[in-house]
Amino acid sequence: MQSIKLASVLAAAALVAALTSTTASAASAEHGKAVFIQKGCWQCHGTQGQGAVTGPRLAPDPIPLEAIANFIRNSTGPMPPYRKAILSDADLADIYAYLQSVPKPPAVKDVPLLNQWASQPK
Amino acid sequence: MPDKSPRLAVSRRKFLGTVAVAGAASAVGDLDNKALAAAPAKAEPAKPSALPPSAKVAAAETSAPDAQAPVMGTPNSDFMVDVIKTLDIDYVAANPANSFRGLHESLLTHGGNKKPEFLTCMHEESSVAMAHGYFKVAGKPMLVLCHGTVGLQHASMAVYNAWCDQVPIVIIGGNDLDASKRPPFVPTYHSAQDIGALLRDFVKWDDMPVSAQHFAESFVRAYKLSMTPPYEPVLLSLDSDLQEEPIENRDKLTIPRYVPTSPPQGDSNAVREAARLLVQAENPVIVADRLARTPAGMGLLVELAELLNAPVVDRRSRLNMPTTHYLHQTGRGKVLVHNADVILGLELSDFYGTVNTYIDNGENTRHPKTKPGVKLISISSRDYYLKSNYQDFQRFQSVDVSIAGDAEATMPALIEAVKKALPADRKAALEKRGEAMRKAWSATRARTLQAATYAWDASPVSTARLASEVWAQIKDEDWSLVSSDRMISSWASRLWPMEKHYQFIGGPGGFGIGYGSPAAVGAALANRPHGRFSVNIQTDGDMMYAPGVLWTAAHHRIPLLNVMHNNHGYHQEVMHVQRMADRRNRPLPDGPIGTQINGPNIDYAKLAQSMGWWASGPITDPKDLAPTLKRAVEVVKTGEPALVDVYTQPR
Repeated sequence: MQSIKLASVLAAAALVAALTSTTASAASAEHGKAVFIQKGCWQCHGTQGQGAVTGPRLAPDPIPLEAIANFIRNSTGPMPPYRKAILSDADLADIYAYLQSVPKPPAVKDVPLLNQWASQPK
Repeated sequence: MPDKSPRLAVSRRKFLGTVAVAGAASAVGDLDNKALAAAPAKAEPAKPSALPPSAKVAAAETSAPDAQAPVMGTPNSDFMVDVIKTLDIDYVAANPANSFRGLHESLLTHGGNKKPEFLTCMHEESSVAMAHGYFKVAGKPMLVLCHGTVGLQHASMAVYNAWCDQVPIVIIGGNDLDASKRPPFVPTYHSAQDIGALLRDFVKWDDMPVSAQHFAESFVRAYKLSMTPPYEPVLLSLDSDLQEEPIENRDKLTIPRYVPTSPPQGDSNAVREAARLLVQAENPVIVADRLARTPAGMGLLVELAELLNAPVVDRRSRLNMPTTHYLHQTGRGKVLVHNADVILGLELSDFYGTVNTYIDNGENTRHPKTKPGVKLISISSRDYYLKSNYQDFQRFQSVDVSIAGDAEATMPALIEAVKKALPADRKAALEKRGEAMRKAWSATRARTLQAATYAWDASPVSTARLASEVWAQIKDEDWSLVSSDRMISSWASRLWPMEKHYQFIGGPGGFGIGYGSPAAVGAALANRPHGRFSVNIQTDGDMMYAPGVLWTAAHHRIPLLNVMHNNHGYHQEVMHVQRMADRRNRPLPDGPIGTQINGPNIDYAKLAQSMGWWASGPITDPKDLAPTLKRAVEVVKTGEPALVDVYTQPR
């Protein structure tokens, strides 16, 4: 078990190194948005990574690249792992760039439609 | 005693059939004489294999003869209508068919097309699903007529949904039993020895009455069984000859009186033990699914929850708990179940899934969601009534106190038992728990509103924005959400204040697609006499199963606002195919083929307009929603249906 965990950690470290290199060179939010759609990420997370009952929110303010990359490559949960054959390191970095580019939402208080309900229970 | 006297030798149907054939033959003979007169004397005219088309031939083949003999006596189907009328049934939904033409005609003439009133449906799945949605608002069954074989096969999915959702529907399937009398070809294709076999696995009871008196007893029995919890659909196979033959002895026929069956209450000792566990619990949780089978159910649950200050997780097959109540804690269901020391399941269809995790990760990972030592209590009618074949009873879950009984009927006894078991020194602890629940409710509300802001201005429109925009337009009406909101991440029930039983009616039960659109029409019909405003969040895939129900709504002037959640796909399956590809580590070369509904995009506004609806869309910019919805609401308030098509985020 220990050796498996160690292997996972090493693999994740190598992945992050590769991704960081890619990110630094040419990460493209625009291309990342296209890949986000093409690879099916939007299906569970929404086109802006806003989240739904089918998958958690990813953006804005995505979790650190290392964490999200590790999860994408090694998920054992309901979301299947996206390995390199399906999602290259470059594309993953572009997706991350897209998630980083998603603008912050308006504050609740600034959205009249979200102020039409009571904040306290009966 | 069933009437065993032989039937009259000349049935009404046979008699009319003879008259029709004679009329046609007379017209054809006339034509033949003229043709012969015009022909050269020497030549023997070749006999045509078919007559040349003409208006006269067409009339002879399709029209009733000019002079029909008076009907011989009162048909049995008139008496059948008398039976049906004793049960206060408002509507009969049907796609017309010859196997119940006798009853159909009697409903219109003898019955005056009132109680029940005929609803013209374009698919039997629509008929049954309309009855399904209707019951969940009206609280009483609708009658559905189906053509014996083809009609029941069309209806079967909707019947299964009603079965899983514990909804009573009285279905009559017409059948032509007597092979020596029934017409050949099509009517024979449409006949069967035992049409009940089609549905027997998922109706509570079925019968095939062979006399008028037998019909009376079986119809009242069917209605009674259907309306005894757990409510379920029932089926009568009705021979077409029996419908059409004259009544021989009307004076001797009787209609049994319907007396509702009192639903079974759980055993008193078990109820006391349940109360003891609940009172002693530090972290009790109530999980309600189909508890509120009547409007009274919600009030009883509120009373029990307040006595204990126990949080309620509503599984939303019905509206069990007001969403505005401080003990409505559905949004925290996962953590509450995890921390619970006692869980009370009330008509919980899937107790196993409530307390166990299942992960669709290729290894089918399962583990308990609960802490060791948690005590489980179940009050459910499923412990005394289920069938074998279909797996709607879900995976088996052992519980500590298993009470076979109708949960709503058992609630008063449980409430009294909790009152008696509650020691005075628990008051402070319970008040403290209640205060924590109030804070938790507000915190959940704040998180929900924050979550709604994400992708607020997105195109396609976010489902949170959709729910918010719809609410803004209907909030001043006596509104009723006549659809599930499961496919829009439950935004309506997370945000809208739902306090009345008709404000949320749950989903299909068996999760068979094709329920949503007709069920909404049926529920809207039930809302109509109360002047309520019915709104349906309508998924695109579901709409296309039997869109003819739009015509039915327009034809019968059923006011309903359909807001399309048009995500261009069978989205659950979109995700499944992607999951398979990822698990197998091979890319989908051209995306999710076979699961998307585009190329061409369906124009739902035009579809609805073609069937008499006011409709608009597709709307892609969320800013266009408010004015369009406002106009649609105005249309619905005039008594007409309206549809707004919206391109939406997937969930």
